[in-house]
Amino acid sequence: MRAATAFFPLVLAAALAGCSVPGPGEAPDGVWDPNEAANRRVHEFNLAVDRTLISGAGDATQAVPPEVQQMVVNFADTVSLPKTVVNQVLQVRLGRAARNTLRFAVNATLGLGGLFDLAKDIGLPQDESTFGETLYVWGLPEGGYVVLPVFGPSTERDSVGRAVDLFLNPLDYVLTPVQRRWKTGSVVTAKVIDRARYEGAVDSVLYESIDSYSQLRLIYLQNSRFDLGDTTEADGDAYIDPDAIDTEGF
Amino acid sequence: MPNLMLTRRAALLGAAALGLGAALPTGARAATAAQAESLVRNLVAEINRVIASGKSVSSMIRDFEGIFRRYADLPTIAAYALGADGRRASAAQKKAFTDAFSGYIARKYGKRFHEFIGGRLEVTGSRPIRNAFEVVTTAYLRGEAPFEVSFHIGQNSGRMFNMFIEGVNMLLTERSEIGALLDRNRGDIDAMIAQLRKTG
Repeated sequence: MRAATAFFPLVLAAALAGCSVPGPGEAPDGVWDPNEAANRRVHEFNLAVDRTLISGAGDATQAVPPEVQQMVVNFADTVSLPKTVVNQVLQVRLGRAARNTLRFAVNATLGLGGLFDLAKDIGLPQDESTFGETLYVWGLPEGGYVVLPVFGPSTERDSVGRAVDLFLNPLDYVLTPVQRRWKTGSVVTAKVIDRARYEGAVDSVLYESIDSYSQLRLIYLQNSRFDLGDTTEADGDAYIDPDAIDTEGF
Repeated sequence: MPNLMLTRRAALLGAAALGLGAALPTGARAATAAQAESLVRNLVAEINRVIASGKSVSSMIRDFEGIFRRYADLPTIAAYALGADGRRASAAQKKAFTDAFSGYIARKYGKRFHEFIGGRLEVTGSRPIRNAFEVVTTAYLRGEAPFEVSFHIGQNSGRMFNMFIEGVNMLLTERSEIGALLDRNRGDIDAMIAQLRKTG
């Protein structure tokens, strides 16, 4: 792990400079959002993008047979796997890196270039990782909550990770420009398909919540910490003591 | 938007979870983790029956609210959701809030019930946490990778008072919503309750 840090000293320095840490009492309920006003404006912009573009595109994808949609989703996962493997090596999670290498090999060949997820059926389920997770493993603080245009909820650490991930997929260095466009296109289309597939639930959070900004922020932060296995960022721990709540009169 | 999946799960599973709050009959205590576990198991079966009944959304919401009212630790959940503002609420306001809140939860999550068809929750284990038991389950929904949902059942109340869907804490999430609704009504508790009755 310590050896791995030597590979990206510059990235690390930049990330360290960028990830703010809340002072005592500055992160109620585990939420540290120093730029809330700006984030809320980006959130409103994202909702507008979703309403005018993504939601409609999602409806359009519903005209495509589900089997074909699944192929796009599988393909997008397969082309992202090399990036996951690189990150898991950097995290010194070699077992997972090896399983994902095998997953890539199986799906890229027997799965006809990634259109079918055969690896899942032989005990190699989807297991994605990002450079944001690598930075977590290396001990970087989460930083403040950030809403990225179009991409949505993120943190300072995760934003740095996303930027680095753009250069971390070995496939990009062997594919032709046309192939790269197919790769990127499939990843974007897969997101749109997911948006449409889960329309009811996504709409309920984005458009039916009383405060969709706060809801998305809480859901994102708690879920990403859960995925990382991170129990340090939350203010105290997540346990709420039922006997400590004054229920008199309720 | 990679976060979309989890928002779906959050919305979706709230429904089951609140039903699962029907862990124990009134006044009972979950003396052991095994009891808490078997109660969650029974409830999974009950919830599945409601989902499989193929009733209309509105009648599912009614069934669901009945279960929620009878078995979830409603006073605890409502008091937590109202938060510090509960201290300045009158007794009548507290009662009215608890009533409106239970209807809101039933409507909000009940609507998501139909997406559950064909899915199942399996109890995978349990452990005591201080004065509660945590019952961990794995959710299998059609076309999705399995994910974790856990329930907190009070040792004293014998009822469900909190749940986590892949780490997302229901009590925190709902307190944030109620706080936002109160802000929108400039801190007026009566106005907030009136709006809550029409929300979800």
